[in-house]
Amino acid sequence: MTLLAATETVGNPAANIGIFALFVVITMIVVIRASKKNATADEFFTGGRGFSGPQNGIAIAGDYLSAASFLGIAGAIAVYGYDGFLYSIGFLVAWLVALLLVAELMRNTGRFTMADVLSFRLSQRPVRMAAATSTLTVSLFYLLAQMAGAGGLVALLLDVQSKSGQSVVIAVVGLLMIVYVLVGGMKGTTWVQIIKAVLLITGAGAMTVIVLVKFGLNFSEILGSAQQAISSATTAGVANRDVLAPGAQYGGSFTSQINFISLAIALVLGTAGLPHVLMRFYTVPTAKEARRSVVWAIALIGAFYLFTLVLGYGAAALVGPDRILAAAGGVNSAAPLLAFELGGVILLGVISAVAFATILAVVAGLTITASASFAHDIYASVLKKGQVSESEQVRVSRITAVVLGVLAIGLGILANGQNVAFLVALAFAIAAAANLPTIVYSLYWKRFNTRGALWSMYGGLISTLVLIVFSPAVSGAKTAMIPSVDFAWFPLANPGIVSIPLAFVLGIVGTMTSKVPGDPVLDAEMEVRSLTGVGAEKAISH
Amino acid sequence: MATTDRQPVNTAQQFVDMQASPEFQELRTRLRRFVFPMTAFFLIWYATYVLLGAFATDFMATPVFGNVNVGLLIGLGQFLTTFLITGIYVRFANRELDPRAAAIRAEMAGTER
Repeated sequence: MTLLAATETVGNPAANIGIFALFVVITMIVVIRASKKNATADEFFTGGRGFSGPQNGIAIAGDYLSAASFLGIAGAIAVYGYDGFLYSIGFLVAWLVALLLVAELMRNTGRFTMADVLSFRLSQRPVRMAAATSTLTVSLFYLLAQMAGAGGLVALLLDVQSKSGQSVVIAVVGLLMIVYVLVGGMKGTTWVQIIKAVLLITGAGAMTVIVLVKFGLNFSEILGSAQQAISSATTAGVANRDVLAPGAQYGGSFTSQINFISLAIALVLGTAGLPHVLMRFYTVPTAKEARRSVVWAIALIGAFYLFTLVLGYGAAALVGPDRILAAAGGVNSAAPLLAFELGGVILLGVISAVAFATILAVVAGLTITASASFAHDIYASVLKKGQVSESEQVRVSRITAVVLGVLAIGLGILANGQNVAFLVALAFAIAAAANLPTIVYSLYWKRFNTRGALWSMYGGLISTLVLIVFSPAVSGAKTAMIPSVDFAWFPLANPGIVSIPLAFVLGIVGTMTSKVPGDPVLDAEMEVRSLTGVGAEKAISH
Repeated sequence: MATTDRQPVNTAQQFVDMQASPEFQELRTRLRRFVFPMTAFFLIWYATYVLLGAFATDFMATPVFGNVNVGLLIGLGQFLTTFLITGIYVRFANRELDPRAAAIRAEMAGTER
């Protein structure tokens, strides 16, 4: 089968769908078998805290390596070269914040959600409300980015060109996700993420080996061919790029350089504030296993990003920027096109199925996090003042998951074809601004109090959202979400450079201006618990 | 097994006493003396890399061997330091933190109400 012309699909859509269907069947069996018991809140929200460090580390990698990082980074390297590589470094180094400052202490102190830790020694209801608001906002933006991305993927891989056909596929993805979460709870979701991570990393690894072998294991040779392919490209504006040095995407004006720095700050500080990452630390029995999880996650994620470096430059060299940019998925099609080039229909089918599996696993993780936060923080603690049984919390969480799933399908269909690539970066920026300062202060700063937490969380959340609304990502630029109007006054598409320091400062100012001193007894309990694991939630044994 | 909120039943006074105890302060100091400087180090190293990537593109494009340039080596260096810091921290935590935390846990367990 030959490669078809521009905006046509490649490979065999039936093979792509078939391999994906196989993935769904296998994971569904695993989910149903793994989830015989989901009655208690501990089981539904944390999988009974029974996963080992390595298992959880693989699941974290499965949760973290979204379609954006697989297709997006490989594509960005293929077309912009070095600047695509810069993303992956931010995404990786960020894990050191989680490892050194957050993971173990969170595991020791919390139970189901991020808010458990943040509200530990502060005023319960307002702090939980703020933490849940930011959890829901981050999760919704992240979810929306994944669902909208599914539309483009469908066009490329399944040869579904009509908008209504793509909408059907988005709805199927959403429904599958709802089923995974309802049936499997956290345990089922975790297994989906583990299976997907293994497929994704071995698939990318195999492709990397094939590319390296094609170039005689000479990485410098790949770089040379990539630059040559870029230089001889006929697509406007591509040929003069130096893809081996930074600057092809973010160079040029001072504004775009600052914009890049702003993005880099959000990436490195956002990871340790992502609620769906934090919630994964509760699925292991001890803080030591939480540490091992992060070690495994760092090893797998680091290896994966090294693979994408080879794959990105390999796609530039072997597929060429013109074909990538002319394909249905644009930049995102670099990895699938490379798979077809290297291994024909079968490898493309596997990689396509993995890309869909990726979307499924990530949205399932986001949904269970958001629904847990709504049920445990907003419903049980804020609305019902804690007078709610655990089974009631699980019931509310299941309903929330369905509502979120339907919402994600609707928004995903609306956003299909929109430029929503900035939403993932925005989710990281909100996580870094609204969550990380309060997490760090509440774990390490005795004086920190409720006003500091509220100012920091709401200040970080609101400033990030306001700046993005008035940024060139939303209006006033050719690539904006609403290109026809211009109400942008903030010059950067990435607000992190302003909103993250602002949230850190607000936490200090709020704390200092409040007359309420911290509770020394709760501070003692939290510090002793967080550092030693005294009284930490135990794994459930049946 | 059913779990309840705040499972173990150490009293507030026991937590306050433990927080003030020398063995807990030792654990706390060792943790902070490791993680704070290490965090500062990797953040500064990352910031240096980002600033070079944004403003010193010519320097980053300096060839070293073949088509491999300074920028690529510094970028791969970020991977290397991330893996190294992870390894060093795990060694440190296993040796210095875990035994001390375990001793405190045992002591608190022995004094439950």
